Amino acid sequence: MSNESTTQNFMIEGANCGSCVAKIEKALKNVKGAQRVEMNFADRTVQVEGCAKAKQLMQAVAEIGYQAKPMNSDSQQDALDEKAEADNAHYKKLMRNMVLALGLGAPLMLYGLIFDMSVTTQTQRIGWFIVGVMTLVVMAVSGKQFYTGAWQSFKNHTANMDTLIALGTGTAWLYSMVVVIMPSILPEVARHVYFEASAMIIGLISLGLAFEVKARGRTSEAIKRLIGLQPKTARVIRDNQEQDIAISQVVKGDVVRVRPGEKISVDGDVIEGSSTLDESMLTGEPMPVNKGEGDKVVAGSINKSGTLLFKATHIGSETTLANIINMVKRAQNSKPSIGRLADVISGIFVPTVMIIAVLAGLAWLNFGPQPSIAYAVVAITTVLIIACPCALGLATPMSIMVGIGKAAQSGILIRNGEALQTTAKITTMILDKTGTITAGKPTVTDVVTFNQSDSTEVLKLAASLESGSEHPLAEAIVNFAKNKNITLEKVSDFNAVTGQGVLGTINEQNLLFGNQALMKSHSIDIAKAIPQAEQLASAAKTPMYFAIGNQLHAIIAVADPIKEDSAEAIKRLQNKGIQVVMLTGDNQATAKAVASKVGITDFIAQVMPDDKASEVTKRQSQGEIVGMTGDGINDAPALAQADVGFAIGTGTDVAIESADITLMRGSLHGLADAIAVSGATITNIKQNLFGAFIYNIAGIPVAAGLLYPFFGLLLNPVVAGAAMALSSLTVVTNANRLRYFKPSKS
Amino acid sequence: MLLINLLGVLLIVAIIYWFWWYEPNKVNSDSNQITITVSNGVYSPAYIKVAANTPLTLNFNRQDSSPCAETVIFPTLELSETLSMGENAPIEIPALDAGEYAFHCQMQMYKGKLLVY
Repeated sequence: MSNESTTQNFMIEGANCGSCVAKIEKALKNVKGAQRVEMNFADRTVQVEGCAKAKQLMQAVAEIGYQAKPMNSDSQQDALDEKAEADNAHYKKLMRNMVLALGLGAPLMLYGLIFDMSVTTQTQRIGWFIVGVMTLVVMAVSGKQFYTGAWQSFKNHTANMDTLIALGTGTAWLYSMVVVIMPSILPEVARHVYFEASAMIIGLISLGLAFEVKARGRTSEAIKRLIGLQPKTARVIRDNQEQDIAISQVVKGDVVRVRPGEKISVDGDVIEGSSTLDESMLTGEPMPVNKGEGDKVVAGSINKSGTLLFKATHIGSETTLANIINMVKRAQNSKPSIGRLADVISGIFVPTVMIIAVLAGLAWLNFGPQPSIAYAVVAITTVLIIACPCALGLATPMSIMVGIGKAAQSGILIRNGEALQTTAKITTMILDKTGTITAGKPTVTDVVTFNQSDSTEVLKLAASLESGSEHPLAEAIVNFAKNKNITLEKVSDFNAVTGQGVLGTINEQNLLFGNQALMKSHSIDIAKAIPQAEQLASAAKTPMYFAIGNQLHAIIAVADPIKEDSAEAIKRLQNKGIQVVMLTGDNQATAKAVASKVGITDFIAQVMPDDKASEVTKRQSQGEIVGMTGDGINDAPALAQADVGFAIGTGTDVAIESADITLMRGSLHGLADAIAVSGATITNIKQNLFGAFIYNIAGIPVAAGLLYPFFGLLLNPVVAGAAMALSSLTVVTNANRLRYFKPSKS
Repeated sequence: MLLINLLGVLLIVAIIYWFWWYEPNKVNSDSNQITITVSNGVYSPAYIKVAANTPLTLNFNRQDSSPCAETVIFPTLELSETLSMGENAPIEIPALDAGEYAFHCQMQMYKGKLLVY
């Protein structure tokens, strides 16, 4: 990525004279990778082309006494590259620290296993004194960050992991030094040194941290992939000339050309050409989508076959991709309530452990066998080192990070950790019919006329009447008429009756178009049409009645095709033991036909839009945890009322953030996937929390020596160091397992 | 032995006082731009008094390569930011009602509070 040639723009501060221009340009040209440098003195900006790094360019300008500031903040990709670099440097540093510390600690420990590390003779004293000094050097070099960190937080009245490590290793070293320098103040049996513990602990913890840095990098893989979807440059046509410019320089209204194999740079509307686009990275929908004139394209999708010209409509932070990245980032750092206890505990953890260490020491001194002081030192050191606030603190955020990222890769955007936790517990899933189970693109299938009416005339009047309505069924009729080249007429006295239909006047004829209820309320006799209407309805079509004056003239039936995979996805939900309910404003017979086609037995027809939310409330009051799925616009109140609201979109049209969970892909499989990923993430968190709690709850008493009176068992401080290093690594590694999670397809 | 026990108890009292009872110094700020350095395991300043109903920008400058320093979270405000080494990461805080707003790293090892009055 960083070797790609780009155009970068900087603001120059401090450039007050014309002669500065040459100086600045020269300095920038000398930076490795800078190819074309052009400064505009009038607005104090400079443009640099090439693969030079922004940081180096800024530095070159700073060296000659000016300041260069990048215009439009650095791309997220640059930030990521930098982070990877910093992580790598940190990893190497930790590994060096580890080698040095274990280099001293391991031979010492080996010696301790074979010989006795006690101080009896004068020569031993001198020998161990030298070892003590060497250990101090290792501690100061390899463990510097722990001691400075501990001191800084001590000054700030806080305590952290550094505090525990510093105290633990410090106690072992100090005691050993006392043994060496003033052996006489200790009983002979207690004259034992623990230098190897200090060195080993520092080495092992450095090793654990190094692995953790690597493993943590992998937890943010999903967001990295999303950020990587954003190309760095765009080919725009300005003044009839094509030019490659940095993405930050694209403005709304720019005409952008995208060639086969390239990524779409910003959101826009296609104005020329046609092609297929791969939106799978954004929506999880594996099939490429056809795009032609008038279609919307979104940044980050990949152009497969043709060349497209499109007009930029959303740029920078406004693009769908930027919104997705933002939402995922925010969600990844949110916490579900399941992690709250761990938070409370880790907040008071370190001082508590310090108190336990003091108490353990006192207990050994008071009640322990001889040499009680040596036992006390071992217990104190081990308690301080084995206690691991890291594992506890990391348990939840690491899993959330991976789980939410994983979901995003399949086009499932989860708003926060709480939504994820509730999703895993859903017992009832309410689905809106139109646009959720069905494609949401109804078309006219039948026109049945009565009283010798002419079907074209009927369509003309019905479509004219409906042209004022925003109902999706109205759109179907208007489109149908337009496709038949029927010219629409002007409507007066238009009125829409919610849940019934519309009425209005054309050429002084009173027209009514809607469902049975509308006809009934205007006392129109529809008896003879009922058998046909019922037949249409049982074929999953929606019959609507059209009347002129007081007489029924036609039934126009509209059908909304069921999405191919709806039945299969609903089955998956039911297999998980979730009660699936369908709500629709449609009539009973049509609803029944659709429900039976997709395997739903529990459905409610003729639901007014406002009643959807009360249906959700009703189920909640029965003790169900209710998920509600809809298009996010018409169902907004019901989505908000539900425990988890799912907004389902077709492609990239969906309004992100309108619900707790946004499914970028139109398929209902997204629902089952979302529930599966949430469940897996929550299980992962529970494993992590269980591990971390057991670790600390069981580890600390054992370290304090609680098992000694019964089994004679007392942990070695080095074992505690290894355990501490392992614990957070285990948590991060377990969270990483989620990356390979695949929801079962049945 | 009595002396040692007494010393131990005193040590415990000292730990409780130093880490829990002590009221840390608060930094008053009348500017709406505050820079917080993240280094050596702490935020400094960590306790910041700011006026209510005024939006402000906190610039987090991370100098600490420890992985724990990477993320700062304002749980009650639902804000979080990933911090890059050596760079200012601005966090826009909306106008707040009076109260205390904690911020911390993912593991709660780095801690701070916005005291809005």
